[in-house]
Amino acid sequence: MTDLIQTIDWSRWQFALTACYHWLFVPLTLGLSVICAVMETIYLKKGRPEKWLKLIKFWMSLFAINFVCGIATGIILEFEFGTNWSNYSWFVGDIFGAPLAIEGLFAFFLEATFVVVMLFGWKRVSPKFHLTATWLTAIGTSLSALWILVANAWMQFPTGMEFNPDTMRNEMTDFWSVALSPVALNKFCHTVMSGWALSGCFVIGVSGWLAAFGKRSDMAIPSVKVAGWVGLIGLVLTMAAGHGSILQVSKSQPMKFAALEGVWTGSTNAELTAVGLLNPDKELNNAEDPFIFKIGAPGVLSWATRGSTDAFIPGIEDIIAGRDTINGLEVNTVSYAERIARGKVALAALAEYGETHSPEALQTLRENYEFFGYGYYDSPSELVPPVGLIYYSYHMMVCGGMYMLLILAIGLFFAYKKQGLLEKKWWGAAAMLALVVSWIVSQSGWICAEVGRQPWVIQDLMPTRAAISAVSPSGVQTTFWAFAIVFTAMLIAEISIMINKIRQVAKK
Amino acid sequence: MITCFQNYWWLLISVLGAALVFLLFVQGGQTLLPCLGNNENKRLAVNALGRKWELTYTTLVVFGAGFFASFPLFYSTSFGGAWALWMLILFSFVIQAASYEFRRKRGNIYGTGFYDTLLFLNGSLGCILLGVAVGTMIFGAEFNINKVNITDPAAPVISTWVNPLHGLEALTDWRCLLLGFAILFLARMNGAFFLMLSTEGSEAYRAKLRRIASVSGLIFVPLIVLFLIMVLLQPTFVQTPEGFVAREYGYLMNYLELWWAAIALLVGVVCVLVTLFCALVKKPLRYGFWLSGVGTVLVVMSLFGVMGYNSTAFFPSLSDPQSSLTLANSSSSLFTLRTMTWVSAVLPIVIAYIAYVWHSMGRRPINDADLTSEGEY
Repeated sequence: MTDLIQTIDWSRWQFALTACYHWLFVPLTLGLSVICAVMETIYLKKGRPEKWLKLIKFWMSLFAINFVCGIATGIILEFEFGTNWSNYSWFVGDIFGAPLAIEGLFAFFLEATFVVVMLFGWKRVSPKFHLTATWLTAIGTSLSALWILVANAWMQFPTGMEFNPDTMRNEMTDFWSVALSPVALNKFCHTVMSGWALSGCFVIGVSGWLAAFGKRSDMAIPSVKVAGWVGLIGLVLTMAAGHGSILQVSKSQPMKFAALEGVWTGSTNAELTAVGLLNPDKELNNAEDPFIFKIGAPGVLSWATRGSTDAFIPGIEDIIAGRDTINGLEVNTVSYAERIARGKVALAALAEYGETHSPEALQTLRENYEFFGYGYYDSPSELVPPVGLIYYSYHMMVCGGMYMLLILAIGLFFAYKKQGLLEKKWWGAAAMLALVVSWIVSQSGWICAEVGRQPWVIQDLMPTRAAISAVSPSGVQTTFWAFAIVFTAMLIAEISIMINKIRQVAKK
Repeated sequence: MITCFQNYWWLLISVLGAALVFLLFVQGGQTLLPCLGNNENKRLAVNALGRKWELTYTTLVVFGAGFFASFPLFYSTSFGGAWALWMLILFSFVIQAASYEFRRKRGNIYGTGFYDTLLFLNGSLGCILLGVAVGTMIFGAEFNINKVNITDPAAPVISTWVNPLHGLEALTDWRCLLLGFAILFLARMNGAFFLMLSTEGSEAYRAKLRRIASVSGLIFVPLIVLFLIMVLLQPTFVQTPEGFVAREYGYLMNYLELWWAAIALLVGVVCVLVTLFCALVKKPLRYGFWLSGVGTVLVVMSLFGVMGYNSTAFFPSLSDPQSSLTLANSSSSLFTLRTMTWVSAVLPIVIAYIAYVWHSMGRRPINDADLTSEGEY
């Protein structure tokens, strides 16, 4: 059992490591490809001036350096479902495999084919074909994000499937409800647009340095104009989709929602905390105050989530106890103790059905399958996610997002109305800070989304602990460190090459 | 009904697998770089290969994803079981991805030689290890499958690998290694043919490529012949209503019963041999790369055909024959296979735009002047 727990923990660490590294590169690919495509469109409209060509080639060179790192880290994620999460691959492979294959067929080939034209085709194809290739590369990157996000959304909000006790797996029954689930659409919009926002901040940050310290306002001003708009549009849409997402989370993943907001005990007129310091001694059902310190707005959480300041927002303890109040009526949402008990009945019935194929066992399984995954646990406390990590990462995302919004808006204003201010050193520093903040925001978003789902790999359906492969903990530790070393070495080289590229431009 | 879809998806897996082996010419080409002599030749070769590496990489990813979507029990059993072998394969490809882009960039920290070493390692290890992994699908592996395990919270894993080396034991099976090295030398030969077609270089450079192609081909032929003999002598497991039963000379019998696989094998072998023969004794064929490529694709597809069709276990279990995997017992549901079949209608479009871009970007071979004006790795 100890080995099992260690394998689970190390497999989770490994997936987190590879996913976080992958997400260092992907958002920049998503947004910078669009920024390059917009720039190339302007370049063609303006009659192909040399100045714009140089500008585009500069940003494309940074795109290319980043793009390959995304590819390097992406292949691991694709195969890791099999190598480290083999049970998962069988239990839900019938549903989860399809988006991954579609992603490969529809998106990866598009990217891999046209990125070569984008980077090396300037003299080999016509200008219009080149522009098409640049746009197709950008579309390809977004399409690949679409399908992996469909798959991820399905893990948060499983739909369109049915459990088949004969094959002991879930099988897809409705492709469109998987592909077009409201969670998937919101997640796609939120994530891809966040890539635009991050890339806007990247270009503004680099341009800030070029203008303030590299004396290259000629490059910085048009770059900020394009990237500012792409980033600003991206960020506004990210926020809109984010709001949609959080409303969905409050309904389909109430435990995650409570952790995001740091709500242990439910109340009406619930407070939205803007800043807070969590009390580390707070545990399930003890009398400690959840916060050591907080600044919040009373009633706003109730109003924003359920439309009225009088609305009840259940906390972690209410969810565990199976209590909620909707429209003034007390609702029983099934306590976690009962879910665990019924989950164990379902597990035993499935085991019996697997051996005997008895109709009674099948009937018992069907009656209790809703709570199948809960049967792997013994205590409700095991079903509480790590509140601190989720709360802080969520609030870092929101606060950092505000800073990005400020810099994108000010950058655009300066680029159009006060171009001289772009050369000020304080602006260069503020813009470069936005570049760093945007990555922290982006990583935080994924951390709160994924850690918030724990201890489930598929919400309410499959516990993370049941999803693994039969691999020794030392084996997974070895690959964890190997990936950590390889990816860190690659990241260091990537940053170094980018800095060199930017400095080369500044010197001219 | 579901059988038709399972057969169709195995055909698509075969196409992807065959395309992957053909596209490994990039990896083969990377192993040639240290043999090409001066830097100018190397520069041309790196840039010709560098414009294609992403296609190979993507095909590998789609090959894996295709297996996941259509035969998930193979995906979970092989990847989760022969985990160490697949991790090595993944590492060998991870180190390729950034190497082209970084190798000559200022500030790359580790130096051009380091990235070129990574390209060589990817080229050689990638081919050998992929061959070894596919070899386990023919010569079998030690794994057990018990789906009821999922109901045991203390040990829930369905597919368990018996050998503690988790796939590395296949590296000690000389028959699997035979396939690995055969793929490596085939890739080297195809890589040399590709460079002949795609780069302009001195006479000495072209003569060197021709020599490399010839030598690689001459090593490849006995390796693949010996491998095919071993395959034809190998017994298979066949799924019957009573369970799996052994069938002596199963692959040979499949070749005799599946006439189209036999024809594909013969035509494929002829294509490769004609290309090699011309390179050896006559002037190399101008489009030898494509002829050899067609041959490669046909041979690999025929192999996949006899591995999976005729109720043959395409992943035989040596520790528990009843755990062996066939198209029927490892596939996705009818609904998913049908949905994915609709999705696969996009494949001709994908092939068409890849072909169009390949043609547009490769109208004339790359030369030194192109690299200066178009940018280079």
